[in-house]
Amino acid sequence: MAQTITEKILARAAGLDAVQPGQIIEAPVDLALANDITAPLAIAAFEEAGFEHVFDPAKVALVPDHFTPNKDVKSAGQAKILREFARKHALVNYFEVGRMGIEHVLLPEQGLVTQGDVIVGADSHTCTYGAVGAFSTGVGSTDFAAAMAWGKVWLRVPESFRFVYSGTVPKYITGKDLILHTIGLIGVDGALYQAMEFAGEAIAALSMEGRFTMCNMAIEAGAKSGVVAPDATTAAYVAGRAKRPGVVFASDADAVYARTLEIDVATLEPTVARPHLPANTSPAAALAGTTIDQVVIGSCTNGRLEDLRKAAEILRGRSVHPTVRLIILPGTQQVCLDAAADGTMQALIEAGGAFSTPTCGPCLGGHMGVLAAGERCVSTTNRNFVGRMGDVTSEVYLASPYVAAASAIAGHIATPEMVSSKGGGR
Amino acid sequence: MILEGTVHKFGRDVDTDVIIPARYLNTSEAAELGAHCMEDIDAEFVRRVRPGDIIVAAENFGCGSSREHAPVAIKAAGVSCVVAASFARIFYRNAINTGLPIVVCPQAAAAAQAGDRLRVDLAAGTVENVTRGTTYAAEPFPPFMQELIARGGLLPYVAARLKESGARG
Repeated sequence: MAQTITEKILARAAGLDAVQPGQIIEAPVDLALANDITAPLAIAAFEEAGFEHVFDPAKVALVPDHFTPNKDVKSAGQAKILREFARKHALVNYFEVGRMGIEHVLLPEQGLVTQGDVIVGADSHTCTYGAVGAFSTGVGSTDFAAAMAWGKVWLRVPESFRFVYSGTVPKYITGKDLILHTIGLIGVDGALYQAMEFAGEAIAALSMEGRFTMCNMAIEAGAKSGVVAPDATTAAYVAGRAKRPGVVFASDADAVYARTLEIDVATLEPTVARPHLPANTSPAAALAGTTIDQVVIGSCTNGRLEDLRKAAEILRGRSVHPTVRLIILPGTQQVCLDAAADGTMQALIEAGGAFSTPTCGPCLGGHMGVLAAGERCVSTTNRNFVGRMGDVTSEVYLASPYVAAASAIAGHIATPEMVSSKGGGR
Repeated sequence: MILEGTVHKFGRDVDTDVIIPARYLNTSEAAELGAHCMEDIDAEFVRRVRPGDIIVAAENFGCGSSREHAPVAIKAAGVSCVVAASFARIFYRNAINTGLPIVVCPQAAAAAQAGDRLRVDLAAGTVENVTRGTTYAAEPFPPFMQELIARGGLLPYVAARLKESGARG
């Protein structure tokens, strides 16, 4: 029977020859993860239910990344709950400040997710790992607690929605522009309960970083997961990194999809999502009259080395606009080291950017760059809901690192071409 | 179980950031979360809501983050049930897992207005708008979810399953 990559991964995990959309299965999990926001509720539920052991101390990951380094006394208490649970259960994959990173950048980098895996995480952006050819989905704290105890998760096999991107990717167009454009086309529940499968020549040409960015935002279209079938780019990424041998799957040519959408990227312009939904997309150039107060570059969406390099490409030798604050959120300690080694960090700091330690921080209005009433931010993060980054009257415009960097120089929403032709900065 | 209360009406795409803003996620205390429920979409909500009241919304209720604090906050605010045209998938699972009754019923959600009285019969799967004298059939839960609910929720279900396999092994 012809199947999609998602159906094949789930069938193998469930020990079945084939699965169909709508079918309820039980699948063993290769990794279950949570963070300092979601794990405390899960740990309380785990203990209240009387569970004494996690199913496998090597397959449970706790990453305190949201409000860390601890932003206040209560957050410190939450992080402490993770630390103590990790010690009690001898968790192999607990990541302390100074050795940690933003979970969805860190776990792939550390080789803890690989091809053919089934992964559940108590964080909605767990869908990021589909970029390596895994099935990976976000769940709540109770589902995570159940996975920690049971080693399994119940799942309804999703229908698949195939996106075929054709054409050559133009200069300054990134995975972020592709996914924002896509969400703009289908809406924030356009792929509700479905697996978004990204394919086509533009995806084949896309870096792993770009694929992570696209799968990361599948949830913003309501999807259960996002996935890119493994190819040579994936193989090169997991080689020497993955802790386990992966299993490579590809969709059959005659697999059944709920829907297929063909998107030509050749004429795509740098794209921005206006407040207050990721689906409110516009070409960045059309928003040049929009002045801004802050720019955030980084996060689980765009906090990888390539993202910071793109920002540095625009900002090197230039200056952040006098009325703008630029905050850089690298994904992991390794990203920091790599950015320091190749001059990326220096270029961003010299331009007037504040280089943070890895944290989710301002993305969810936590700390390290919360917005005041009426302030406006261009951010490479994934959500621009009401009050997302701070005051309920503040505004977030989602964009690529190129557009974010250009906007930081211009003081308003801008494309790289707009700041290079003006010759602004120093 | 029959739930009856006054309607608080919301539109589509009500996200978890407005249900419980992240600035309050440095705690897991239900009462504290409930005190800030819906704060960024309706600052007066927690002062207006009465025990048993019902949230009615259009499509994609609970979109966004996986925070289980969202259904916890709604329940702690005194809301007895959420009726919506559709739910975002993580919120749907989280509501079941935390015991917040949710009902998928696009017709009832569209017809109900703020201040209407609704009577939701979870066993019968009906939503009655007492104010307007209309009754709607809700979408039934999938059989597997009905079994989960009947067995006391996910964690008791998993505990029983582990006990069974332990007894066998």
